[in-house]
Amino acid sequence: MGVIPALGARLARLTFAPDLLVSDGEAYLLAPDDGTVEGWLPFRSVFTVVAAGRRHVMMGAAQLDRYGNQNISCIGDWSRPRAQLLGVRGAPGNTINHPVSYWVPRHTPRVFVEAVDMVCGIGYDRAAAIGARFHELRVVVTNLAVLDFQTPGHAMRLRSVHPGVTVSDVLAATGFPLAVRDEVPVTRAPTPAELALIRDRLDPDGRREQELA
Amino acid sequence: MTADKVMNADDVAGELRSGMTIGIGGWGSRRKPMALVRAILRSALTDLTVVSYGGPDVGLLVAAGRVRRVVCGFVTLDSIPLEPHFRLARQSGAIELTELDEGMLHWGLLAAAHRLPFLPIRAGLGSDVPRVNPQLRTVRSPYEDGEELIAMPALRLDAALIHLNRADPAGNGQYLGPDPYFDDLFCQAAGRAFLSCEQVVDTAGLLAAGPPQSLLVNRAMVDGVVEAPGGAHFTSCVPDYGRDEAFQAEYAASAASPQAWQRFSSDYLAGGETGYQDAVRRLRDATKARP
Repeated sequence: MGVIPALGARLARLTFAPDLLVSDGEAYLLAPDDGTVEGWLPFRSVFTVVAAGRRHVMMGAAQLDRYGNQNISCIGDWSRPRAQLLGVRGAPGNTINHPVSYWVPRHTPRVFVEAVDMVCGIGYDRAAAIGARFHELRVVVTNLAVLDFQTPGHAMRLRSVHPGVTVSDVLAATGFPLAVRDEVPVTRAPTPAELALIRDRLDPDGRREQELA
Repeated sequence: MTADKVMNADDVAGELRSGMTIGIGGWGSRRKPMALVRAILRSALTDLTVVSYGGPDVGLLVAAGRVRRVVCGFVTLDSIPLEPHFRLARQSGAIELTELDEGMLHWGLLAAAHRLPFLPIRAGLGSDVPRVNPQLRTVRSPYEDGEELIAMPALRLDAALIHLNRADPAGNGQYLGPDPYFDDLFCQAAGRAFLSCEQVVDTAGLLAAGPPQSLLVNRAMVDGVVEAPGGAHFTSCVPDYGRDEAFQAEYAASAASPQAWQRFSSDYLAGGETGYQDAVRRLRDATKARP
């Protein structure tokens, strides 16, 4: 998980979702207030949480298509890739079992492509073809905009543009036609209280800036 | 009197054969049996199939040309997300790959441990994992739901290699860190299992170090025990030590060119495990001495 999704989860816990469980990326669950270890979640238990569908994950994506098919495995022909990346990791299991969202720190046509080279996380077209009843992609958050799949055919839609970003900026940075409403709202800015939590408590060293650099 | 299974790392390599399927415990760059991997690098073993939640174990074996096929869901150094030697091998077509979802790998090991031909799982359906693994089959639930699922075949291992914090000479092994990973399952899925550890203690010493549930593997699951202090280096072996990030960065840089790999090999891999640990100590002292 990226720095910014982790900050988002911790901010949610400090504001509207106080009962959210947050792991440390190793085997511990950490209590909200002081980071006390409140539980044990080794990888073997994580797989059970995944299969039971009791989580919402925000993954990264090297490539995403209009239906939310995601690739983190490799670029080019799988049998001899131009660039080997992580591998499919848990993306197939995550997307077929529980809600998934994506975080893309650099919104470019290289990420948002017509067709991904290796389907790791499955999109709405593939989920529909196999009747995947637990599949749900919620949002794609990028440095430019928030996208979702709330269209009749579940093609990707521009949900809001961040302050200072235009609709045409987003369209130009996307390698396929996006569904766009007549009026695209601006993404909600953090409140002064949320900003204070981010700046003073959750990320005083500004690690969030590096992820966007 | 229980059998004393203590041997050295080269003995373990001597028990393996070229062409075998070897499972390696740990996860990413965490608690990997690196001393056993280094022993394989000193041996003539080749043509291996390696099953792993992959880290530098896979990278080193691949870089040294010992691997025919990797079975994994990922290969990563954690703090360095992409394993550079694995990348090179994939991009040059030097290795074959069985790419699976992480949960499918777990299920394949569990099926093997339970002597089942397969276990059903949802993970993989609809993705390109079946496309790149044409041997995968699906199975339909015989109950009224009729759901179609992936029939994940058992991942039977000829041998498993794991590294734990403590063990006794009989092969009772203990982890003292936060996560057991799947080391017990690797042993149970394997024909033979070899355990290296930071320290061999007498049996009573195990419960002196941690609670009964820290005894991850018992002697029925283990065929050989190697005392290898620093045997997970440069991966983490909490609480004995964390990951050696400086060394890991040097390892990653060794993928930059054939010359860099040659240099890394001659600096660290040519002199046996003692030579390796001495070279690591010299590097650490030199780094400390720098102003």
